[in-house]
Amino acid sequence: MASNYDDILQKLREHLKQFCPPDIEITPDTDLINQLAIDSVKLLNLVMEIEDEFDISVPLNALADVQTVHELAHLIHQIKSAQ
Amino acid sequence: MSLLDKLDAVAAARKALLPEGVEVFGTPIEEIYSATAAKIGDRRILFLGTNNYLGLTFAPECLEAAHKAIDSEGTGTTGSRMANGSYSGHRLLEREFAEFYRCHSCIVFTTGYQANLATISGLAGAGDVILIDSDSHASIYDGCRLSGAEIIRFRHNDAQDLEKRLRRLGDRSRSSLVIVEGIYSMLGDRTPLAEIVRVKTAYHSTLLLDEAHSLGVLGQTGQGLVEETGLLDQVDFITGTFSKSLGNIGGYCVSNHPQLDQLRYVSRPYIFTASPTPATIASTRAALRLLREGVELRRQLWSNARNLYARLKELGYQLGPEPSPIIATILDTPQEAMALWAALLEHGIYVNLMLPPAAPEGKSLVRCSVSAAHSSEQIDFIGEAFDKLRKTVFHQH
Repeated sequence: MASNYDDILQKLREHLKQFCPPDIEITPDTDLINQLAIDSVKLLNLVMEIEDEFDISVPLNALADVQTVHELAHLIHQIKSAQ
Repeated sequence: MSLLDKLDAVAAARKALLPEGVEVFGTPIEEIYSATAAKIGDRRILFLGTNNYLGLTFAPECLEAAHKAIDSEGTGTTGSRMANGSYSGHRLLEREFAEFYRCHSCIVFTTGYQANLATISGLAGAGDVILIDSDSHASIYDGCRLSGAEIIRFRHNDAQDLEKRLRRLGDRSRSSLVIVEGIYSMLGDRTPLAEIVRVKTAYHSTLLLDEAHSLGVLGQTGQGLVEETGLLDQVDFITGTFSKSLGNIGGYCVSNHPQLDQLRYVSRPYIFTASPTPATIASTRAALRLLREGVELRRQLWSNARNLYARLKELGYQLGPEPSPIIATILDTPQEAMALWAALLEHGIYVNLMLPPAAPEGKSLVRCSVSAAHSSEQIDFIGEAFDKLRKTVFHQH
């Protein structure tokens, strides 16, 4: 389970590189909105990429509670585990 | 951050983006002269940013019907459809819409926004899944939120992407609702309805089509994309609005599912609001008759739309993917879009402006909406203005 989460986190970091300024390292605590400046539209488009990567569907409702990289990875992990 | 601090942050963001003294949003309109002409500031302008596709806002039949209804039934119903707000006109309009679509049932709502809110939140609830196109109108997003169902987006106009998401649902696809729009309000493109129908049928889903921008615009009698494609019988629910081709305000849902009528008892946006005014209902009934018979209006509308689309394309403007009465010019930055919007107004032309995040893909839009009431000379005049502005706004030669 932990390795699954770690795999998800690693893949998520790769997707997030496109938004990341050079002076910021992406950690689980990185704030998607305040540190990576991912607005609501960018987040929705990012989620579509992630959905394809993991072959899951992420309900919009669940995204309301997502602020950090860890929270997004945790959500993906939960959905993937429930499949 | 306090409640008021949040609004201060909105004000600061607006101030940073929008130039002082230019009322880009909520532009004050001082007088209305016709379906296509008005006064903004101290000058006469040509409307190219309304949804008055058939130009019916001043149709004598509609004006007369509204006047008569006010005189005989008063200015308002002062009550919900559920209580004292279901006059004979409301019920007759529902019957006429049902007959227009050859459907079992129709419900009339107070606005088009509420038609989507009420229909979506009445059909789906907690435990259900709604799949929506990523370019869906805000009323669809808000209806989904109100329903409490799970909301899943699929890529704009991509039936394969929808299919992928339905497949992932497994058996839950049977209690899912797919929502698409006949013509999308941002870029003026149409949903690939035949492919969407194929997918929703394969996964036993239910399909809701919003014909807000396609009612009166597509099809021989103006039913919308369902008529243009011959797929009326394949769509479960159709919603739409009176505030575009019908030149009024209100909304509707039609269906062959007799269960539609039960929405009257479970749908809060239907129950907890006053019903449309008698004048609204009477003039909408008159407009619906004109819409059905409006073959010539549609011919003129499409002639105007195709001519302006071709002219703007020839001038090198980046446009939506297909000709339509909604012609969106796509700009890379909000500054470019605002400059074009302001320059068009200087030329006496009013259009709509869409800035991120309202516009798709982070772009900005200067959106033209063509009407059957535009003359070919007015379309030429608009083309000339865009030609001049191409050279000034974008410094091209």
